[in-house]
Amino acid sequence: MSRVIYKEGREPHPREHRVVFKNVDREGWDPSMDMYLSEGGYDQLKKALTLKPGEVTDEVKKAGLRGRGGAGFPAGVKWGFIPPTNEKPVYLICNADESEPGTFKDRYIIHQDPHQLIEGMAISCFAVGAHLAYIYIREEFPEGAQILEKAIEEAHKKGFLGKDIQGSGFDLEIYVHRGAGAYICGEETGLIESLEGKRPYPRIKPPYFPAAMGLYLCPTIVNNVETLCHVKHIMEIGSEKWSQTGKPNNTGTRILCVSGDVKKPGYYEVQVGHVTMGELINDICGGLKDGRELKAVIPGGSSAKVLRADEKFTIGRGDDAKEISIWDIPMDFDSLAACGSMAGSGGVIVIDDSRSISWVLNNINNFYAHESCGQCTPCREGSLWMKKITDRVVAGKASPADIDTLDSVARNIDGRTICAFGEASSWPTESFVEKFRDELVADTNPELEGVVVNAETFTAAANL
Amino acid sequence: MTDKKPKNSASSHASFLLTTFYSKKMSFEVPSDLEKEIDERITHYPVSKRSAVLPVLHALQHHFGFLSEDAVEWTAAKLELEPIKVLEVVTFYPGFRQEAPGKYHIRVCRTLSCAMAGSYELMESICEKTGIDRSGVTHHNPIAVSPDGKFSIEFAECLASCGSGPVCLVEDDFHEAVSDVDSLLSQYP
Repeated sequence: MSRVIYKEGREPHPREHRVVFKNVDREGWDPSMDMYLSEGGYDQLKKALTLKPGEVTDEVKKAGLRGRGGAGFPAGVKWGFIPPTNEKPVYLICNADESEPGTFKDRYIIHQDPHQLIEGMAISCFAVGAHLAYIYIREEFPEGAQILEKAIEEAHKKGFLGKDIQGSGFDLEIYVHRGAGAYICGEETGLIESLEGKRPYPRIKPPYFPAAMGLYLCPTIVNNVETLCHVKHIMEIGSEKWSQTGKPNNTGTRILCVSGDVKKPGYYEVQVGHVTMGELINDICGGLKDGRELKAVIPGGSSAKVLRADEKFTIGRGDDAKEISIWDIPMDFDSLAACGSMAGSGGVIVIDDSRSISWVLNNINNFYAHESCGQCTPCREGSLWMKKITDRVVAGKASPADIDTLDSVARNIDGRTICAFGEASSWPTESFVEKFRDELVADTNPELEGVVVNAETFTAAANL
Repeated sequence: MTDKKPKNSASSHASFLLTTFYSKKMSFEVPSDLEKEIDERITHYPVSKRSAVLPVLHALQHHFGFLSEDAVEWTAAKLELEPIKVLEVVTFYPGFRQEAPGKYHIRVCRTLSCAMAGSYELMESICEKTGIDRSGVTHHNPIAVSPDGKFSIEFAECLASCGSGPVCLVEDDFHEAVSDVDSLLSQYP
């Protein structure tokens, strides 16, 4: 394989290990079929078609590929949930609704290397026995939708999609389906409802586990863009070699998206768990802005619980347990979970000491209040209450007791909703109040203790 | 339409419906090439035509700029649905509009990383230069239009380019790390 040269100023950091992002920002690369074929494109699909579907699934299981969309659930295991006695059609949906604040990886795969995704999808469809698949792409990626449709057309012409693919007898159609600006469509059952032409109200699990009862109540596999791309690479390098990257139970590479107060925000594909938070921020992202100190990090998209800069964390179990600082947290699923947060979608938002915590939390609460689908009362009402309270904190119109109310509202959403949006919307508030209570209280006004919130104070605080 | 409201009798109601039907038919025409494109899109959903609600609405909004009552009814008829099944979709999704935007519709990302990179300032600056007044904006009425009708604007939630904020969409064009508002606006004559 020829040496890969990247565009000037867009070269990967030496600590990166590019697999899925190999062609992103690559000099002379374009998203066309010819370009993709010139580097062995669709060879893995051809190879997969000579195997049994179960053998492909086993490869993905053996690789230990965990979903890159947020939950980190093993993809091969998810595929295995399709009931063995199933006689209904099976569908596969690529979740390209990328909308978790702080996450911006799928955009570049779709724009610059769409055939990688289509090949990954085709292999996955073969593995799970799907003959109809959709790419659910967020509406705010209009150019991405066009690029994907063109790529699908090209793949049709070359016989990588359609009837009897490469003479294998396997049929597959892939269509692009555009969302319409709702974050909840990233939740897999909400996405399915949306794809059925309805309001995207998530379905309750059980019984509506998509692998058993998904699109049109048939078994449906929903996987993230990055996850599906990895399937192609697992076929290419083999599950054994693939799983040697990353670390046990956290295998492979993943794309970390860093934004906020660092010198070089951007996307960095690294081996899972091979860099620490400190290396990511200080080495890869060029450190914090001059003269600034770290205040907090949201490590896995805005739903992930915030980590405070001076916290101590315990990772590892038994004799391996050790206390570490935020700088030493390995960026992998299990370590971030042990630190009380999550690796989520890989969106790392760095917050320095120039930021007001009340303002940051209020921005996040605005997002969730806007995006709650409104199906479950605790979330519909609670997300708006949290926004209104932090609106008032930011405006200096809240009393110290409001912080307790804020916390209580959050804790009454968490665990009381149909889908995980309840947790997503309440974890930021729960963690900010837990870790930055003093700072939030400092922005309140003790003279307002016991003063009834009226229209005037509310309007004064409205933050639209 | 309120001025046409009929007296409360069955026959006048029927004639009202008939009149509205014909007046709508006169005013709402979907060009044949657009209808052809829509018909093709519907074939992407062999199991259920209802699945085509979003793509049909996208095609109509792209052409007409917004989704009128007629557009909702046309979609419902096309997909053999009750109009409410289409309307509930239109009113849910932030990506659908029920009123005409400006000639160029701008969406500025409001969410955390962009806000940290100055998206509120970007919003303010665009409004100042285009004369847009956002004081009447509410959750249910998020769009404000410039007095000359050339630009309209709204905040959007996370546009998924957090590393290059502040970002915005003007129509379907994506702009990142926007710092020079004059040069941004000058691209739209």
